[in-house]
Amino acid sequence: MTDTIFALSSGRPPAAVAIIRTSGPQAFAAAEAIAGKLPQARRPVLRTLRNPAGGDAIDDGLVLRFDGPASATGENVVEYQCHGGRAVVDALLAALSSLPGMRLAEPGEFTRRAFANDRIDLTEAEGLADLLEAETESQRRAALLMAEGGLRAQIEAWRQRLVDLSARAEAAIDYVGDEDETRADEAVLARQAQDLADELAEWLARPRAEPLKEGVRVVVAGPPNAGKSSLVNALAQSEKAIVTDIAGTTRDAIEVPLAIEGVPITLVDTAGLRESEDAVEAIGVGRAESQVRQADIVLWLGHPGDAPTHRRLIPVHAQADRPDRDAVPAGSLAVSAITGQGLARLAGTIVEAARRMLPAEGELALNRRQASEMEDAARALYGAGPDLVTLAESLRIARAAFDRLSGRAGVEDMLDALFGRFCLGK
Amino acid sequence: MFDVLVIGGGHAGCEAAAAAARRGARVGLVSFRAEDIGQMSCNPSIGGVGKGHLVRELDVFDGLMARAADRAAVHRRMLNRSKGPAVWGPRVQADRRLYRRAVSELLGEAGVTLLIGEATELLVEQQRVAGLVVGGRHIAARAVVIATGTFLDGTLFCGMERIAGGRTGEKASVALAAQLREWGVAQGRLKTGTPPRLDGRTIDWSRLTPQPSDRADWAMSALAPLSEERPAELACAIARTNERTHGIIRANFDRSPLFAGAIEGRGPRYCPSIEDKIRRFGDRDGHQIFLEPEGLDTPLVYPNGISTSLPADVQRDFVRSIEGLERCEILRPGYAVEYEYADARRLGSTLEHQVVAGLFLAGQINGTTGYEEAAAQGLAAGLNAAGHALELDPVRFDRRTSYIGVMIDDLTLQGVSEPYRMMTARAEYRLYLRADNGTSRLGDQALAAGCLSTARRRQVESHLELRGTAAWAETDEAQADALYAPYIERQRREWEALRRDSAVVLPGDFDFGAVPGLSNEAVERLAAARPENLDQASRIAGITPAALAALHVAAARRAA
Repeated sequence: MTDTIFALSSGRPPAAVAIIRTSGPQAFAAAEAIAGKLPQARRPVLRTLRNPAGGDAIDDGLVLRFDGPASATGENVVEYQCHGGRAVVDALLAALSSLPGMRLAEPGEFTRRAFANDRIDLTEAEGLADLLEAETESQRRAALLMAEGGLRAQIEAWRQRLVDLSARAEAAIDYVGDEDETRADEAVLARQAQDLADELAEWLARPRAEPLKEGVRVVVAGPPNAGKSSLVNALAQSEKAIVTDIAGTTRDAIEVPLAIEGVPITLVDTAGLRESEDAVEAIGVGRAESQVRQADIVLWLGHPGDAPTHRRLIPVHAQADRPDRDAVPAGSLAVSAITGQGLARLAGTIVEAARRMLPAEGELALNRRQASEMEDAARALYGAGPDLVTLAESLRIARAAFDRLSGRAGVEDMLDALFGRFCLGK
Repeated sequence: MFDVLVIGGGHAGCEAAAAAARRGARVGLVSFRAEDIGQMSCNPSIGGVGKGHLVRELDVFDGLMARAADRAAVHRRMLNRSKGPAVWGPRVQADRRLYRRAVSELLGEAGVTLLIGEATELLVEQQRVAGLVVGGRHIAARAVVIATGTFLDGTLFCGMERIAGGRTGEKASVALAAQLREWGVAQGRLKTGTPPRLDGRTIDWSRLTPQPSDRADWAMSALAPLSEERPAELACAIARTNERTHGIIRANFDRSPLFAGAIEGRGPRYCPSIEDKIRRFGDRDGHQIFLEPEGLDTPLVYPNGISTSLPADVQRDFVRSIEGLERCEILRPGYAVEYEYADARRLGSTLEHQVVAGLFLAGQINGTTGYEEAAAQGLAAGLNAAGHALELDPVRFDRRTSYIGVMIDDLTLQGVSEPYRMMTARAEYRLYLRADNGTSRLGDQALAAGCLSTARRRQVESHLELRGTAAWAETDEAQADALYAPYIERQRREWEALRRDSAVVLPGDFDFGAVPGLSNEAVERLAAARPENLDQASRIAGITPAALAALHVAAARRAA
């Protein structure tokens, strides 16, 4: 039998209100044990929540019941909204886990169940997962838009066009007897396939979802002792930046996720990479180079003449407070981690560059998986062969990519379009 | 005592009987009447796009259809000649009488015993086939192939008249249908139809567009008869319905059993009746009709495109509204037939029933339409029925190497909700599955199956040898391979991923209900289709990637 899962589905306590969600076959029984008589479906009711073992009250809270399959997960769901203090939340979670068949949900498990029960499709599932991870306001909004199926609708529209093109090609191949009905103009079909490919390519060139989700990657690079670590620390501690989490020191580089003016940024300190004189140094240099290659933005602290090639490179004249460094090269930004000189301007420059890499608020953005399937589809369409048969093959390949994208499959869809459109059959 | 008994002398039954006999089985073929053997009950043509591919594949296994079609062909066309070779569809029009004769001769050569009578009961002992009751007599057999086509509890409709039977003037197998239904083999009803037959002597051919035969430089079978042995050729012609025709049909919609609700079975979307076409596509100003002579010594003409179940008087009126057919006489009215079909998802990839060992089902009973589809299943069922009886290796067709494999995979995994017809669109490896390379694709498998005559074996072997020589590059087949090489290369890479999934086996007793994370709907679909491995499961409609992941995990856990 399926476990019933529960989890705190609102933010980390303390908070004003906490939402705890349960889903599975035991959800209703658990609600009866904790909150007494089960409320009507979809009607919030105020109840005293009690520990089922001793009967002592935990808190007063709202109890909401949703009956599967018409629930978010497709299973029976009960939601508790209580006060968001740590003690209350912990007590309620402990009470739930003491009941038979109940366990704490694994990360993303609600979404997985919703997906498994066909309540949402893959793109929506990905949107929800992003939503749960969203840390800044603009992230949340983009994730929400996607979760609401905005992208799904767009993908469905492309898929429909593809299915229609495919149906026309297939009808011309399989229904030669009905030539007055199904004769397809290869040139027209090929041009429409190109148009679709162009549209996909245009979307592929837009900012992606990853910088929004993982932060725009800003790599601080330069020669040893150029002041990289101090600059990273200073930026992280500046008033405008919120350090969301310190990932810790890795052997390669230190990554500091920040939000500056609501823009998610991952600041990468390559300081550790070159600071030794031994044989490993060559490897360190290589790693620093690879960090620079993966960077969305590079802050270069060395001599402008030695700067690596990168599309978005910001030359920084660090340690500007030192007397031997009062000559600022043209085009470089003078910054001092000690006096704070130029820090605000640097933060502003970074944010401005980073914004250009992010999808505009409210705009749909593709993630890596979606983009890779769409690239497959676009490549197939661009490579569409010279004759009807290879054209149909290219359309089939593109269709398969879209089927993977929305997690549905089928030649049947195409045949439905074919028979809906043409009067076929002798 | 027979090794294999086959019920039904249509395209599936004849192929099944002959294929089993070629593998060395003692075979009996049960039919209502001797003259029904090899009957083309509808369209007098064999082949086409997708269908022609099936016939060529059959031929590699020494099947009957290609050879019989060549002996009876009075008109040949290579369809899609202007498109790429992957979708060329060889199609012949066959003289009905010559075709029947050819099939009977070939069956006789194969050593099949004909049993005339009605098969009324399948004898089963402990979930194994034990034989058949034919005309009251018990006949023992190790395997039985049911290939009864539309005859299982068939009903004919012509207007509001309704007659029990599978074809005009012939009986239906009611008793057997009752037994199969009791067994849970039967699943529901489907519908198909046939047009009226016209008297060619009353057609004004001069006012119709002629459609001559190709100057035929090809044959259906690789063992084709010499050209001087070929029958004479006949021309076909194209006529066209018009507004007046449509008006007559529209005014009589209420007299069609299709629209009056008398027929519950679902008909094929790709072969709709004329009344269906007019109702669904009312905006068309006309529909093509191909007038196909049924043979050299008969005036019968088959008007391809106006299958109908309207009453006979309406049929006469609308036919006569067509240019060139103003004085046309109908020799036999068209009709619709509704029949019982079986749930092919209960069959394995050898077409053997998953519960009753030794029971095989082939042809229209599995929900297909078309001679070629039926014959191809007959081949698979016959080879495997013999395999079952004689303890030989099963012969499994793979959708990566044959249209036969595509069809059996579709039928046994997805089942059908409307009559299934082969189309090249169904084959994801279309560029490789061509009508010109059947021997290369299936030759080794055919040799291994041990079902070939000496002449065929030599032909297959020499073809496969030729592939290794320098002269190969000059052949049409090699040039087609070269044309599609980049696509075929890509498809081979796709195969590799599939091959990994085929290695994840789902045993026969695998409990889909016990897999955590599968939705009820997915469990239901999987339990109905009983996929043999993960690759098959991935092709079942409605099985999501999430469901596949869950299955994969459960299968791996069980194997561990």
